[in-house]
Amino acid sequence: MKFPYSQKVLEHFKNPHNVGQIENPDGKGLEGSPACGDMVAVYIKVNPDTKVIEDIKFESYGCASNIATASIITDLARGKTLDEAKKITWKQASEELGGLPPIKAHCSVLAVEGLRAAIRDYEEKHGLITEKEPTTEEVIRSRLKHVMNPLTGLDIIRTNLILKTSIENGVVRVVVDLPANHQFAPAIKEDIMEKLGSLWDVERVDVIFTA
Amino acid sequence: MFENIIYLDNAACTRLDERVLEVMKPYFFNIYAVATSEFGYSMGIEAKEALARSRESIASKLDANSEEIIFTSGSTESSNTALKGVAMALKEKKGKHVVASKIEDFPVLNTAKVLEGQGFSATFLDVDPEGFVDLEELKNAITKETVLVSIQQGNQEIGTVQDLKAISEICEEKDVLLHTDATHSFTRLPLNVKELPVDLITMSAHTIHGPRGIGALYIRKGTPITKFMDGGFQEFNLRAGVENIPSAVGFAKAVELVTEEENKRLKAMRDRIIDKALSEIPEVTLNGSREKRLPQNANLTFHYVEGESVTLHMDMRGFAVSTGSACFSRSLEASHVIRGIGGDHERAHGSVRFTFGRYNHIEDTDAAIEAMSEIVARLREISPLARK
Repeated sequence: MKFPYSQKVLEHFKNPHNVGQIENPDGKGLEGSPACGDMVAVYIKVNPDTKVIEDIKFESYGCASNIATASIITDLARGKTLDEAKKITWKQASEELGGLPPIKAHCSVLAVEGLRAAIRDYEEKHGLITEKEPTTEEVIRSRLKHVMNPLTGLDIIRTNLILKTSIENGVVRVVVDLPANHQFAPAIKEDIMEKLGSLWDVERVDVIFTA
Repeated sequence: MFENIIYLDNAACTRLDERVLEVMKPYFFNIYAVATSEFGYSMGIEAKEALARSRESIASKLDANSEEIIFTSGSTESSNTALKGVAMALKEKKGKHVVASKIEDFPVLNTAKVLEGQGFSATFLDVDPEGFVDLEELKNAITKETVLVSIQQGNQEIGTVQDLKAISEICEEKDVLLHTDATHSFTRLPLNVKELPVDLITMSAHTIHGPRGIGALYIRKGTPITKFMDGGFQEFNLRAGVENIPSAVGFAKAVELVTEEENKRLKAMRDRIIDKALSEIPEVTLNGSREKRLPQNANLTFHYVEGESVTLHMDMRGFAVSTGSACFSRSLEASHVIRGIGGDHERAHGSVRFTFGRYNHIEDTDAAIEAMSEIVARLREISPLARK
């Protein structure tokens, strides 16, 4: 049978490794959006002295490509230091899996982003962001690129859903071009809060809907 | 290789009935001439008669006259011919506006969009949460410029059966032509052109165990239509090209083989799988109408799981089903039908379509639900959404 998936992708899909949650994880990343489809959660336990990822688990609401990539990514990251794990790329995951269909890249990239988000979460919580760059509008916009617009399945920046962003005295304001009673407004708001709330110098996030 | 597969994707294509193949064979090996005119040679005349008999047989199923049926290459061509043909014939005389529902299948939807690019305007009607067109909205959408309304009889994905009688009456009252895509309903539901003022009907053989690559278009006598395939004078000078006589004969046989009893069997399978899914698996939503739906179609959303993952797991267990998930389609677009009935991406993502055919048995429904139950439970275990 010639599925567009390699045998290895199908194996990981059928019996994914490192599935589940970690109670009280040291770091947690959530990428994608429930309303628009694929979503991955990555949890890590980190040795505080060596900074080695000692345990890693994931949950996925996604297709075969998404599940298989999350499975291989968590295999690759286990036992690595945070710095090493940060360098794991989608390309590497794809090679390990014997190739992924290009059209499915976006489904599987989420797993890599989930891992990076979990590491960033750990670093932010443990004061490891050494450079401590101040949050700028550019940083805000780049984080908002990971918030999906369920109306289109693309992110809220690319689909021009964000009218305005600003940061002043630790308060971030994001103006979303949707009425507050829109069916997707609560999901988008929650996602925005999650993506921006963990930044080291952000104290509050205000999400404002246009009507 | 696929002997043991339980095939539940009969809306996509059906297995050819061997009895259909048997009647087709002579027209490949023995009577292989094209249909010649009255004074041609005997093999051609024989072929011509076979084509006429097939046409007559399909026409009689609709209570139509045989000269109101043209053979095409399938649903896509039939709907293209209907929409473009009428649009071109009436654009000068009447106007440049067409109306269709938002949940039409691609041959209608995309043809209407192409017309939009050619100076026409198109109104795509919303549907309610069960997939029904709002009759008031339809009335309001029709203007003096409207040349054609195209609303399907039964939906390809969620199975909803429209109130074609009310729709056709509105069109008659407003003096506008009506096309209906009956690809999934022809022979499965009653459709009589003497009783319903429908002007054009799309039909196909591949959904009823006939050969693929052949369909038909009913064109009510007197309907203004421009041919859009130029060449010879075949099919009453409306569709050029060498007649596909073996397939036409096969199509007619396929129509003949569909019985009321079979439709009842399909309905029993449909109802059983819906009842079992809703009662045995938690958090399942039926898509489309419970009562007014195609006898062969069940479409359910299994919340918190993703459709492509479901279809792959089902395949590994020997079942072929389909989903409206974006990940399943090459375009990576979630089902426009589930989105059309107000479903979000999550609902479209987790939707699974089971469509039954002649070679399914009632036991297939139980087996499919047993497999689905395990697969859904397993995928929910790893889904970050399920525990919310």
